[in-house]
Amino acid sequence: MTQQNRLANGGLIDRKRQLTFTYNGKRYTGYEGDTLASALLANGVDIVNRSFKYSRPRGVVAAGAEEPNALVQLGATESTQVPNVRATQQALYEGLVAKSTNGWPNVQRDLMGMVGKMGGSFMPPGFYYKTFMAPASMWMTYEKYIRKGAGLGRSPTENDPDTYDHLHQHCDVLVIGAGPSGLMAALSAGRRGVRVILCDEQEEMGGSLLDSRELINSQPATRWVSDTLDELNQLDNVTVLSRTTAHGYHDHNFVTLHERRTEHIWDRATPANGRPQVRSRLHRVRAKRVILATGTHERPLVYANNDVPGNMIAGAISSYIRRYGVVPGNSLVLSTNNDHAYRTALNWHEAGRKVVAIVDARPSPKGTLVDQARALDIRIISGSAVIEGKGTNRVSGACVAAIDPAAFKVTGKVEELECDTIASSGGYSPVVHLSSHTGTRPQWNSEIPAFVPGEVKGMTPVGSVTGVFDLKTAFDTALSAIDHALEEAGDTSSSKVTEAPQVDAIQEGPCCALYQVPHTKTTLRAPKQFVDFQNDVTASAIEIATREGFESIEHVKRYTALGFGTDQGKLGNINGMAIAARILNRSIPEVGTTVFRPNYTPVTFGAIAGRHCRDLFDPERYTALHQWHVEHGAEFEDVGQWKRPWYFPKTVNGKKETLDEAVARECLAVREKIGILDASTLGKIDIQGPDAREFLNRVYTNKWAKLAPGRVRYGLMCKDDGMLMDDGTTSCLAENHFLMTTTTGGAAGVLEWLEVWHQTEWPELDVYFTSVTDHWATMTVTGPDARKLMEEVTTDVDLDRESFKFMDWKEGTVAGVPARIFRISFTGELAYEINIQANYAMKVWLELFDKGEKYGLTPYGTETMHVLRAEKGLIIAGQDTDGSVTPEDLGLQWAVGYDKPFEWIGKRALTRPDTSRKDRKQFVGLKPKDANVVLEEGAQIVLDPNQSIPMAMVGHVTSSYYSAHLKRGIALAVVKGGHERMGETVYLPMADGKVHEAEIVSPVFLDPKWERQNV
Amino acid sequence: MKRYSGFGLVKHAMSHHENWERQWRNPTPKKQYDVIIVGGGGHGLATAYYLAKVHGITNVAVIEKGWLGGGNTARNTTIVRSNYLWDEAAALFEHSMKLWEGLSQDLNYNVMFSQRGVLNLGHTLQDMRDIQRRVNANRLNGIDGEVLDAKGVQDIVPILDCSKNARYPVMGASWQPRAGVARHDAVAWGYARAADSMGVDLLQNTEVTGFKIRDGRVHGVHTNRGDIEAKTVGCVAAGNSGVLAKMAGFKLPLESHPLQALVSEPLKPILDTVVMSNHVHGYVSQSDKGDLVIGAGIDGYVGYGQRGSYTTIEHTLQAIVEMFPIFSRVRMNRQWGGIVDTCPDASPIISATPVKGMFFNCGWGTGGFKAIPGSGHVFAATLAKNEAHPIAAPFSIDRFNSGALVDEHGAAGVAH
Ligand SMILES: Cc1cc2nc3c(=O)[nH]c(=O)nc-3n(C[C@H](O)[C@H](O)[C@H](O)COP(=O)(O)OP(=O)(O)OC[C@H]3O[C@@H](n4cnc5c(N)ncnc54)[C@H](O)[C@@H]3O)c2cc1C
Repeated sequence: MTQQNRLANGGLIDRKRQLTFTYNGKRYTGYEGDTLASALLANGVDIVNRSFKYSRPRGVVAAGAEEPNALVQLGATESTQVPNVRATQQALYEGLVAKSTNGWPNVQRDLMGMVGKMGGSFMPPGFYYKTFMAPASMWMTYEKYIRKGAGLGRSPTENDPDTYDHLHQHCDVLVIGAGPSGLMAALSAGRRGVRVILCDEQEEMGGSLLDSRELINSQPATRWVSDTLDELNQLDNVTVLSRTTAHGYHDHNFVTLHERRTEHIWDRATPANGRPQVRSRLHRVRAKRVILATGTHERPLVYANNDVPGNMIAGAISSYIRRYGVVPGNSLVLSTNNDHAYRTALNWHEAGRKVVAIVDARPSPKGTLVDQARALDIRIISGSAVIEGKGTNRVSGACVAAIDPAAFKVTGKVEELECDTIASSGGYSPVVHLSSHTGTRPQWNSEIPAFVPGEVKGMTPVGSVTGVFDLKTAFDTALSAIDHALEEAGDTSSSKVTEAPQVDAIQEGPCCALYQVPHTKTTLRAPKQFVDFQNDVTASAIEIATREGFESIEHVKRYTALGFGTDQGKLGNINGMAIAARILNRSIPEVGTTVFRPNYTPVTFGAIAGRHCRDLFDPERYTALHQWHVEHGAEFEDVGQWKRPWYFPKTVNGKKETLDEAVARECLAVREKIGILDASTLGKIDIQGPDAREFLNRVYTNKWAKLAPGRVRYGLMCKDDGMLMDDGTTSCLAENHFLMTTTTGGAAGVLEWLEVWHQTEWPELDVYFTSVTDHWATMTVTGPDARKLMEEVTTDVDLDRESFKFMDWKEGTVAGVPARIFRISFTGELAYEINIQANYAMKVWLELFDKGEKYGLTPYGTETMHVLRAEKGLIIAGQDTDGSVTPEDLGLQWAVGYDKPFEWIGKRALTRPDTSRKDRKQFVGLKPKDANVVLEEGAQIVLDPNQSIPMAMVGHVTSSYYSAHLKRGIALAVVKGGHERMGETVYLPMADGKVHEAEIVSPVFLDPKWERQNV
Repeated sequence: MKRYSGFGLVKHAMSHHENWERQWRNPTPKKQYDVIIVGGGGHGLATAYYLAKVHGITNVAVIEKGWLGGGNTARNTTIVRSNYLWDEAAALFEHSMKLWEGLSQDLNYNVMFSQRGVLNLGHTLQDMRDIQRRVNANRLNGIDGEVLDAKGVQDIVPILDCSKNARYPVMGASWQPRAGVARHDAVAWGYARAADSMGVDLLQNTEVTGFKIRDGRVHGVHTNRGDIEAKTVGCVAAGNSGVLAKMAGFKLPLESHPLQALVSEPLKPILDTVVMSNHVHGYVSQSDKGDLVIGAGIDGYVGYGQRGSYTTIEHTLQAIVEMFPIFSRVRMNRQWGGIVDTCPDASPIISATPVKGMFFNCGWGTGGFKAIPGSGHVFAATLAKNEAHPIAAPFSIDRFNSGALVDEHGAAGVAH
């Protein structure tokens, strides 16, 4: 294919570097410096998509972020697919592969497309709310087809090979946009030595200067751009980020910048200097001052068939000619309401193509550019507009007529001009999006007429975003913004005042307000006049919506889908509001402002997620003994962030034990001989201070006044609603010094809980909390032989049953390492919990195994721990409780000190009528009638299995295991009034239709006198 | 009200759509109504509709400070399910589910209730215990549901990462086939149109600024458009409920938090069900338009700003990419936030108040969209009879005095 629309010379492309690319399966060529859109236009590709509702052919209309039509599916391989890339923002690279996202060439398989062709007239706004209701059972089928017809591009189906980084940045001045005003601001701030970040979303910096006809200091504007960039790049205090979009503006000048590092090179991140690169970076910037230099978007005019390929916004045509050396047609009609757009006709003319006419809505246009056009003998039809485009797959003509914008009427005869391109300009809307992310409403400026940014603390708009469009103002506002900002920040150095460069004055007349162009027919009867191309929203849709009572602009938008596309209404919103305002007979600001939300342009999920996936999604925490567990074949369980050994399957005769087999073996080892558990993950909080004891008294339900140094106590912690939240032992290390333990999963929450109460309720208490979970490794040595083993590894601790009693702790050495030893038990067997500084833990652990081998020391995991404690009826907070269980429900009233002097947390709640109800769900044991049955955890309990659904449920199974020691299934449960129901039979109706029977028993299945832990 | 139908659509097309009638009037406030509903969100509009339809009370005004359905009703991620844990909540949400199942036809407005099923994933042994418990309870309460293992989940959602590579591998899920999503705006508009057609006045751009209270009884409201009288006032103002209660002179046990959501760009169909994970903390479905609709938990701080913090968005997308690594290259289009009124027990308040004649329906927090039909239905009955509907009774404010909480935190989690 030849590039038939490419000019022989001109543009900022590199003609020496020809690139080949594939679009919809066909190969084309373009040049380095092209966007995909400019390359497609150069090759004469008119239709780049099918519209989503009516399946109409669509072409490129814009040249930047506002493009609604030219969305492509990018990517050469499955894993590198990116949906919905704007061709106008995608740099061309060698080998690029892209497809249009919708319909064509598969339009025959697209139901909505066919419906659209048959008759868009059956699809007024909201038609889907009014149909597809009968028969009710068919909706899921209708929906399937609606879904198929909707959507744009497609998700990749393979995993992303690339990675993404987050950077955290601070700066004095963040300049968003590198047009004339942004560059000027960055230069001025940069020269004054403050930290500057300058970003621009485009491939090249320069903004409007890249296609400007104006001279700066009597040189082409691009010369000033490159000189300025050269200087900025020299300054160490200035960071220049190209291909970087400020996509979100949050509170307190927190701005997120998305820097695309590799998307202009290939569809997957290529190595740089031999090192792998990230595909993109997310800069999380805190700026003292934000300079908003985001410029404007040109508004198209809304006329009949304004979506036929060949209709473009005027400024885009200038860009294609001047930046890319591409003229997207042969004969042009320009429809405008302002002077600025005359540039397009001048550029078109200079490119050697025919300007059929400039149609100007103003009765008597005047100004420098108008004069230039006249001097070239270009026909100017004033007081008129293009009211309708002709053609289906490409513009073939333009119907022009005199109009009265204020009366919304065609006032003259319709003349049809032959042309293949219609450029339209309805004025320029400042890019207020970022400023409105902050929650600030944009302000209506009736002169331009458009919205300008509202006031945001710490932000200064400069250049055309302020609503003043000439170059001189751009430079001046930029300079004064920086002076002002630095002055405010206390920097009065005026030594390096930067001067604005020289520019020629261009006289421009005022524009006239024109949005929807009147037609000879009423809006509802005229050919479609598109407002939002991407969502196929027409002027008539807006009219119908308002007729149906959707009068708020938010209702209009929602009912018609105006502005809900991936362009977020950059081209259409103001036109849509203007149309609604006209019909409702209100002014535009009365109809309301539109609220723009992050993102300014879409950002890949990967970039926002950054590195925080997979291994880094949530930190994995390992105990000091983890390596040993891995080497000994442990299976792991996720408990909170921790990896805990779940069980240690052995391989016996070449066969690996199952969970059940391993657990049975581990349980019996503890009950009959000796086992060891790595309990390091239990939360440990070091509590110190003169008021430490008082604090414990307030956060625990039980009493702490008399706990002596050397003693340990089990404590219950309730929420303020009286429900158990966590439990654990707390040891008195010294008079003002305690060590609290928590559940593994609850550790962080408990520490936060303590801090909240201390900081907000009882700041007068002198007490400090430090998490020491990771500092100490904990090994539980338990079983009838526990003392024997301990005697072999300690020399300085008296382990005698009487002098080292249950619930005592002692300091000493274990295997030669300083240790704290606690005689507490979660198994019901004799047990010693040894705390060792984590760094030394492995030595101690190994020595325990060395000495313990002859006793049959068996490592066990969390599953065995659960079974052992269940045999003893000991709860696990979070498993046997769920935030609705009080200490009394658990039968733990002995650990509640109602007579403590202070209103401890939960006390008041525990005296409410509901918490003293007799039929509360209470903690009990369940013995399945069939000893071989292991009840399902979570099984619901009923008293009468024969009742019909809904059944009255009286409780549920919280824990259930096969006990190898007792040779039967056992379960823990909560049952309404359970404490009074010992011996009664309950039923558990299961999903498979089986109904299990069980007897309510004490939760303590073994050794009710608690003798084993005291041997 | 002229009924909508495919035939009607053709007729209107012939006349160039020039004859569509208004979906609701824009009436001038009357001096006096039998019942005033404050808040024109889904719950308020549904209440008005059932007052008129079920109880024949049509002299009703719905007072809305902005545009109908513009609060959380317009901002939510539209997940509808009824697999709640506790009997009280299950009864309420299942009541609602049954109404959803005929709603389009009842309202003659297609609310696009899509029963595509909801998966609540489990990633830990405790998650699975909780799932089993909830599904068992649902089954005995007559609510559909199934416990799936990882393979069962994979079969339903092939694109979900169910491998062991995940930080928290999927162990299974609860699956409610009747659950799904609906079109939020259509729900508000459908109720509005149907209520209006029975004579309910929908007063938009009308803000309640105070209450007329004499001798401990409500007599009406003050608004920016003048005073309006009524002996029965139902407040259904979601995140602003606390503000209204303050005007009436009492406090509610509510905190208002930002809750955010986001959407991707529209994509061709890729995800056919709703996938939620408490543990990894995010959820996603795909709208009929093709957007992935994504959310997670509330922002930690309280406020009325309708905006949240960016870190929450980051965490949410981390969760989504963790669950669906193939979405890494899909692009986020838009984010937004609503203000949700959360109760200490994560259950709503449908209740009489210390002021006679004044009722509140609030505290729906992060998950009240699904309740709109049920809540409107039982609240209407409560207002009409001046006595709590049996399904509403457990949700009275008294429970915070008695302690009879309906703690749905465990089952709610990401909570929608
Ligand atoms: C991001 C997000 C996602 C969610 N996702 C889900 C989901 O997936 N599933 C689900 O079931 N729920 C979800 N929810 C929750 C759900 O949106 C709400 O519970 C539900 O919409 C509440 O409806 P409502 O009618 O009570 O409130 P709203 O729709 O907020 O209506 C309250 C109305 O009261 C008006 N009002 C307030 N004060 C006054 C006054 N003084 N005078 C007059 N009018 C007043 C407001 O303007 C507003 O229109 C989500 C919420 C959010 C924010």
